[in-house]
Amino acid sequence: MEKNQISAPGYQIPVEIKQQVDITTLDRIYNWGRRNSLWPMMFGLACCAIEMIGMAASRFDFSRFGMEVMRPSPRQADVMIVSGTVTKKMIPQIVRLYNQMPEPKYVIAMGACASGGGPFKEGYSVVSGVDRFIPVDVYIPGCPPTPQALLFGLISLQKKVDTESLKSARWYQKGPAEEIPVPVLGPDLMDPRKYELIKEYARQKAEDEAANGSSSEDEKTSQALQAG
Amino acid sequence: MAENVMVSQAEDLAAHFPGWVTPDTRAGFSGYMVSAEHLLAFAKRLRDEFNYDLLSSVTGVDYLPENKMEVVYHASRSTGGASLVFKTQVPRDNAVVPSLTPLYPGANFQEREAYDLLGIKFSGHPDLRRILTWDGFAGHPLRKDWKEPYFEEELKPYKSRWPAGHVVRSEDQNPFKDNVQYPAGFDPEKFVADSDEALYASMRRVHGVDSELQTDMMIVNMGPQHPSTHGVFRMVALLDGETVVDLKPVFGYLHRNHEKIGERNTWLGNIPFTDRLDYITSMSNNFGYVLTVEKLMNIKPPERAEYIRVMMAELTRIVSHLISVGFLLNDLGAFFTPVLYCFEERELILDIFEAVSGSRMMCNYYRFGGVARDLPDGTLEKIKALVFDRLPRKIDDLDRYLTNNEIVQVRSMGVGVLTAEQAIANSAVGPILRASGVPYDLRRADPYSIYDRLEFDVVTHNHGDVYDRYLVRMDEMRQSLRILQQVINDLPAGPIQTGKPSYQPKVPAGEAYGRVEGPKGELGFYVVSNGKPNPWRYHVRAPSFVNLTSLADMCKGAKIADVVVVLGSVDIVLGEVDR
Repeated sequence: MEKNQISAPGYQIPVEIKQQVDITTLDRIYNWGRRNSLWPMMFGLACCAIEMIGMAASRFDFSRFGMEVMRPSPRQADVMIVSGTVTKKMIPQIVRLYNQMPEPKYVIAMGACASGGGPFKEGYSVVSGVDRFIPVDVYIPGCPPTPQALLFGLISLQKKVDTESLKSARWYQKGPAEEIPVPVLGPDLMDPRKYELIKEYARQKAEDEAANGSSSEDEKTSQALQAG
Repeated sequence: MAENVMVSQAEDLAAHFPGWVTPDTRAGFSGYMVSAEHLLAFAKRLRDEFNYDLLSSVTGVDYLPENKMEVVYHASRSTGGASLVFKTQVPRDNAVVPSLTPLYPGANFQEREAYDLLGIKFSGHPDLRRILTWDGFAGHPLRKDWKEPYFEEELKPYKSRWPAGHVVRSEDQNPFKDNVQYPAGFDPEKFVADSDEALYASMRRVHGVDSELQTDMMIVNMGPQHPSTHGVFRMVALLDGETVVDLKPVFGYLHRNHEKIGERNTWLGNIPFTDRLDYITSMSNNFGYVLTVEKLMNIKPPERAEYIRVMMAELTRIVSHLISVGFLLNDLGAFFTPVLYCFEERELILDIFEAVSGSRMMCNYYRFGGVARDLPDGTLEKIKALVFDRLPRKIDDLDRYLTNNEIVQVRSMGVGVLTAEQAIANSAVGPILRASGVPYDLRRADPYSIYDRLEFDVVTHNHGDVYDRYLVRMDEMRQSLRILQQVINDLPAGPIQTGKPSYQPKVPAGEAYGRVEGPKGELGFYVVSNGKPNPWRYHVRAPSFVNLTSLADMCKGAKIADVVVVLGSVDIVLGEVDR
């Protein structure tokens, strides 16, 4: 199977050297090498992490696809499997880990929580999907997804890798990758890209409350925060 | 039987503390009301004279209509018996209660949690900081008048979903199209992020690093992303060379608001959420929750359901202990090989869970007054083959490979020692407590379901170190097999549900505290009903959360490399620790 993928079709290779020689394109051999050595980051968030370990164990065995090298360090990883609920307290760390991964890098949102908040979406300290902050390549539904589903997600990612080209890959273009600003934990989670919006909203809220003539808990908290 | 014990104690205590203590006379409530100023003296005598040495649970309830904040304590005797509940009420806007942490160190994290989520201040607490949210978070989320950014309605089912059936995206209701809100007049640019300086300063202060003699102490952070922390757990250790001088756990990286969501949910709607508390042992979690609500509803499941429940709970215990043993070996450096052996057996048990409930991990199988469905054809044979043949063999194999292994013994014997006195004071439960030589197992100490008619031993070991915790888990798996063999042999025929299954069970007003011996220890649920379709208060007393109180005691004086092993022996699951 892999043989077929590495050879580019449409080239006549003499029969006597067919065992030794393949004619291919740079893109093909480059992607072939990468797709068969996707190293995930060893990083479990919640329930889904247990199924991720299940996928690594003997029954499902993802080393069949060249992915068994789980790296605890983001510096050595290719894929970040976001396996579980992303909380507001955790997202600064996740963004930082993502920034630390070298390119090319991919993100898999495993399960309902990582994809969109899941059953805990309504909770006050849950981020509605990791894609609010970092770009996601593959979403896997399920709560938790079975190991088969996760394998399917990883294979889908391999297919995505197959379609990439050296010419257009971002990491061979000029200039370094742009870092994603790390969110800040204030009175609630604050995305540095949205400070203007937050300021405007808070000012509006203060005006509304002044109009209603009530100094609420909110305002006291905010004053206390800014004084201290 | 348990009821009688409670009644006789009730008479005792009211007579012993005239003027301090009154029986709680609200309909459906039990226990005592203690006035806040006498709380410390009362608790001291309770511990020293009445031997209630194990403070299981501390939590708060916000009684908004009465404008009261109530702190609820559940204390037990480490020799067994029903738990004793006492409460203190304080005004809502000035909720200050004396801290019981100096008496019962096990109250430490639970009081911090009540402070964080309900805003109850505990005077005299050594380290009252937020625990599940972060320093600087606006408001106390479990207060009934605090609303989350995606707030839609007070109680489920939301009118937009049922019966109208229009799905409203929560994002569209929020000005940021996101799960955030900010106080009025807040300016993010002037905000100075409060990093962990308060935490680090508290550690330095205690140990005098700021003194004139600048000793070479170093603060090391482990986690939240670290392969040995079993999830998103963080420890801050103060090191002298390689020796741990002090250690503080930092929680909340997986705080998923179980309790706030649980108080909006219907009674039935909470069962799938309990699955996700300790996600390895969903069946046990179901068990604890349905037992608690059944106490309120005053119903009992039929015999067959009781047997099936115990069967599933014990299979869960084996799964949990297998994972725990496997990962302990991982932490010891036997990278992944023992885990693979353990996961092989786990998959077979998960097949059974999938057959009975339809899901491998999140089983959602128990119901009020029974279980969701009967065992499908052929499942009992599979369980039999596992319980009578395969699992005993495999556990013996594991025993042979690991127990006498020299490296395992050298790395774990005498490491992370917790004495029985420390364990009880820290409210440690489950295998941690039993490894310190205290034979406290709720299946015997306060029997529930059909455990009183089953034969099994409460496993104890006496050294209180990592090795003994490992031994307790190995032996408990064998005891679970013993229970399973009896249950399979005696499994009666009959219905699996009392009455008709209902989406909206009627739960009378009152309170209930139900607890089961989960694989990690006492899993308690404290629920308060006001007779409506949703719980007024839904609190989870999570065993691994409280067990972590002992972590600092176990690690002090050990090397930093041993911290990893000690944490592995505590066996935490973050879904339950942070809830």
